[in-house]
Amino acid sequence: MSAPTVDRSSASQQPRDNMPQRPGVLSRSLRWVRDHIIAIAAFLALIYLFLPIAVVVIFSFNKPEGRQNVTWNQFSLDAWLNICRDPTICDSVGQSLQIAVIATAVATLLGTLISFALVRHRFKGRAATNLLIFLPMATPEVVLGASLLALFLNLGAPLGRGTIIVAHIMFCISFVVVSVKARLAGLDPRLEQAASDLYADERATFRYVTLPLALPGIVSAALLAFSLSFDDFIITNFNNGTTVTFPLYVWGAAQRGIPPQVNVIGSIMFFAALSIVVVAQIVGAARRKK
Amino acid sequence: MPAIVPTTTTTGSVEATVRRSKRSTPYVLLLPGLGWLAFFFVVPLFASLATSLQVPIEAGNPDGGFTQAFEISNYTQAIAQYWPQFVRSYVFAGLATILALAIAYPLAYFIAFKAGKYRNIMLVLVVAPFFCSFLIRTYAWKTILADQSPVTQFLNFLHLLPDDRILNTPLAVITGIAYNFLPFMTLPLYAALERIDFRLIEAGNDLYGSPWTTFRKVTFPLSLPGVVAGTLLTFIPAVGDFINAQLLGSIKDKMIGNVIDSQFRIVRDYPTASALSFMLMVSVLAIVFVYIRRAGTEDLV
Repeated sequence: MSAPTVDRSSASQQPRDNMPQRPGVLSRSLRWVRDHIIAIAAFLALIYLFLPIAVVVIFSFNKPEGRQNVTWNQFSLDAWLNICRDPTICDSVGQSLQIAVIATAVATLLGTLISFALVRHRFKGRAATNLLIFLPMATPEVVLGASLLALFLNLGAPLGRGTIIVAHIMFCISFVVVSVKARLAGLDPRLEQAASDLYADERATFRYVTLPLALPGIVSAALLAFSLSFDDFIITNFNNGTTVTFPLYVWGAAQRGIPPQVNVIGSIMFFAALSIVVVAQIVGAARRKK
Repeated sequence: MPAIVPTTTTTGSVEATVRRSKRSTPYVLLLPGLGWLAFFFVVPLFASLATSLQVPIEAGNPDGGFTQAFEISNYTQAIAQYWPQFVRSYVFAGLATILALAIAYPLAYFIAFKAGKYRNIMLVLVVAPFFCSFLIRTYAWKTILADQSPVTQFLNFLHLLPDDRILNTPLAVITGIAYNFLPFMTLPLYAALERIDFRLIEAGNDLYGSPWTTFRKVTFPLSLPGVVAGTLLTFIPAVGDFINAQLLGSIKDKMIGNVIDSQFRIVRDYPTASALSFMLMVSVLAIVFVYIRRAGTEDLV
């Protein structure tokens, strides 16, 4: 591990600064590297993060020679202009979107209710509740998927969209609880106190004070749940029956070669998410300035 | 994970709110969500436990269906046959967690203390790559690490690769896993570092601590909650992961997730698959609780 050293090098530099001759280029550049070691490590980490994304975007403009889109052949806009040439791709994206919307809506509602109970109420069984929220996050996905399949098999439940949605809601709830709870715990409870001092009843306090304050946490929880659901492969792969979501399509297509359209969809997802976050940041910054 | 959440102490005004609400309210709020988790998380674990003890209706023929029994030997047989994959999963996940920590720590440190007004942009940059589908990214790694790729050729030029290749080696699997869970490592680390009063680090320097000593004695201990949360959030999914082993590794690099997946869905030996999955869950939970206890941050759960 490259040790992130604290940025203060004057103590160790002093003896060298007193040296009679000017230090050579090599030692100067070595010193520059040492002084900026954290920035360099951070920069390399960002390159590591973005290398695969760059490959995904670049190969979305490729015109592959054979079926495998792994070596650069020729620039082409074909994949971008004909995303749905193979209709199964777009069907699988549609399937994933529908599942993600339903799973997100239900998981966000259920998770938000739990968070309100945990932060705003005292009740017996709090420790057990926290444990039940924590355990699904501490369980490997393959176990979640396999156990659910064991249940569905023992019940004789038909696998398909329904079982996928049930599974997605299950693993999204805990993540929703964690992010909404974080927001609620950070709120000043005196704001609600003030509302009730001003003769707002419980419902009005909730409607006009608590909910608007909690909303950013709920929205980010919903976005998290959406991306977890949309991207899930392992759990879905156990419980899908014959339903094909986008990750399942990609997995299946890998055997015969992934078409560049898949890279196009990956790129669109990346840029869409990036612009949502950037817009949210700008709006947030503008609001804070007011 | 809850570790990211600062625990605020409840004040009198909260109690006032609490007193007004009816006693049954929290249970009404909890019921739907916890009911869902009980039915689709807890019950399946018992279903999996029951399945793991089943035996084939016709002995030796898994296609003929299974019947409930109490066949403990399913477990001993599964261990005897698949212990190498178990051990490999823990070794790969452990190494990937260390690698992710090594990559994420300087990044989180830079964002927390040096990024200034670019802090938010850098946080977005850390998370953004993960909106591009997990499988597509792993396939991209396959392209990057391929035998004729510039990365492999450069490392070969430096004679850094023992097998002259990366793809289809454990190295590819470990770097792939570390990559996939990097935000889960970076964000808790950032949250912990950001909360550190920078004057404490300055004090360490003022007292003639070398940069390394100050880091070891001041910065790192203060960031420990983030390290614990980040390593757990990386290690848990890493142990069960089989996508990286499948796409980036060779047949010799199979992990326990690969075995559970193929036993369940292809071989259809449900008892063995359930036994493996149950042992994986129990061993992961045991490690998580021991680790949390030793790290002394029990408020994590």
